[in-house]
Amino acid sequence: MTHAEAMKPEPVAGGNVGMGTEYLEVRGLTVDFDGFKAVSDVDLTLFQGDLRFLIGPNGAGKTTVIDAITGLVSATGSISKSGVELLGKKVHKIARAGVGRTFQTASVFEQLTVLQNLDIAAGAGRSPWTLLRRRHGVLPAIEEALEITGLTDLAEKPAGALAHGQKQWLEIGMLLVQNADVLLLDEPVAGMSHEEREETGNLLRRIGGERTVVVVEHDMDFMRAFATSVTVLARGQVVAEGSVAEVQANPKVQEVYLGTAAAGASSLGDAPSELIEENS
Amino acid sequence: MRTVLGRWQTWAGFGLAAVVLFGVAPVVFSDFRLSLLGKFLCFAIVAVGIGLAWGRGGMLVLGQGVFFGLGGYMMGMHLKIADAQVFGNEVPDFMQIAGVRELPGYWAPFASPAFTLLAIVLVPAAIAAALGFGVFKRRVKGAYFAILSQALAAALAILLVGQTSLGGSNGLNRFRTFFGFTLNDPANRRMLYFIAAGVLLVVVAVVRQLMQSRYGELLVAVRDGEERVRFLGYDPANIKVVAYTVAALFASIAGALFAPIVGFIAPSQVGILPSIAFLIGVAIGGRTTLLGPVLGAIGVAWAQTLFSERFPSEWTYAQGLLFIVVVGFFPAGFAGLGVLLKRRRKARGEPGGAPVKVPDSDPDTEKVGASS
Repeated sequence: MTHAEAMKPEPVAGGNVGMGTEYLEVRGLTVDFDGFKAVSDVDLTLFQGDLRFLIGPNGAGKTTVIDAITGLVSATGSISKSGVELLGKKVHKIARAGVGRTFQTASVFEQLTVLQNLDIAAGAGRSPWTLLRRRHGVLPAIEEALEITGLTDLAEKPAGALAHGQKQWLEIGMLLVQNADVLLLDEPVAGMSHEEREETGNLLRRIGGERTVVVVEHDMDFMRAFATSVTVLARGQVVAEGSVAEVQANPKVQEVYLGTAAAGASSLGDAPSELIEENS
Repeated sequence: MRTVLGRWQTWAGFGLAAVVLFGVAPVVFSDFRLSLLGKFLCFAIVAVGIGLAWGRGGMLVLGQGVFFGLGGYMMGMHLKIADAQVFGNEVPDFMQIAGVRELPGYWAPFASPAFTLLAIVLVPAAIAAALGFGVFKRRVKGAYFAILSQALAAALAILLVGQTSLGGSNGLNRFRTFFGFTLNDPANRRMLYFIAAGVLLVVVAVVRQLMQSRYGELLVAVRDGEERVRFLGYDPANIKVVAYTVAALFASIAGALFAPIVGFIAPSQVGILPSIAFLIGVAIGGRTTLLGPVLGAIGVAWAQTLFSERFPSEWTYAQGLLFIVVVGFFPAGFAGLGVLLKRRRKARGEPGGAPVKVPDSDPDTEKVGASS
């Protein structure tokens, strides 16, 4: 990891690797809840080094897309991670294939310390023999994750005692030590203070350079500040895709968010965060 | 808490327990009381397993009587065959009375002591593992798992009552020898107590290792957020099966010791009531701790004997009340109460030593974002 660290690639739209990149390719993804199509025929192509934001009004199916990719809900279509088909695999198998996710409500193991949380996240491939022995020392990958997320000083604290923002960072840290190269984050900054948002954004930029990061978000200011590319979903379908500027200028997106009347008047940004508060 | 205690303190703890169990108890107690304590130690062995599966793993095992009974009956069958052989009979005494002249086929292998001991370890473990895989892979948990395990206990008890070749509702009793030692001899009965005490120490040591290992941390993680663990790349079913199997194994061993110590094993030790009784001590002592279940099980059983000798009817109410109060107001049991007091003392600014870990006060609530 150290040589990659030295280069410190920045996330850019379309990925920063070029040929030979890791990718996640979603084709024709459809999730059908007893006749209600929460997601229909969604195509997404994500390259390593892209910090993609997934936005859209309530009920657009953003979280459902993540749920389908991680195997939580069954779907049809195809989800391929660098050529490996994920659809139909069990949740823990998909996780082992390098797809990690967080949840809208921070779900760390509150009774365990920060260090224990990270150690568990790092250990999916451990042998029974290793599991039956005690933890000794701190793995280098965990130390690195502690540093990246700024939790080094809190390593021995129970995760339940962390502030809300710190819990989300711990979750992101867990994805890092889990060795996930596709990170799906479901509203990571919901409920955070302004400073915490800023820090989370910088954290995403830091880790997004070497991974594929997808962020489901309602906060438009946050999106504009940190996204390298954006996909807009509405009613389970992809409405637009492109850079922040492209998406903001897209009349279809304005229509989705503001309704036709206001379409010309306002640029995407101010109104939506007011309009859309709840989770999809 | 345990990180504060150094390694030598752990050894000192085990040493102290050994001195009390092997040195003090045999001197202080009469043979009758010692044998009674031996019985309580059997319950404590079951409790240690329940503490692991329920306290740490969040599996409300309401049917440990099944495994206790399996171990007890298998040991009982061997003892009956051995007794019959001593007296030169073809079949155990109760079968003679029933007019059975030939040993039933499934009894035959239990004539071998080695087979019996192996079966006591392997059969319940295999059943628990198979059952665990079937249940946990299908994500059956919480109350559904509890009901299922309890139904199993009820079913086995009913099944046993109907088996005349296993003594029906009387079960197997009047054991005369234990692997060649006559049980009339107080010295041999004392030996049985020592075996139970030794097994308890081993069982506690095993669970201590499990709790402190990475597996133990993982088990707590599964208890508190099973879905989250799944998204980290583990199959929680495998993790739960291990704890469930270990608990079943301990219950079986305890049953196998209970039969010769108490002198009988019957359907009344298998069904719903005894299965719940195993749980009471664990809950009162503190299910998430290592020693809470042990002390709780011994304490409750001891109190039951003590008080039911004097106030037979009142004790049942007192026990029920104690259970309700503890579960309702101190979900972490007496052990959790201790941690709570320590924390409060620390909060008042008194020097409390190293930082106290957050007590596992409410392990039943599962906090998972995935369920939405």
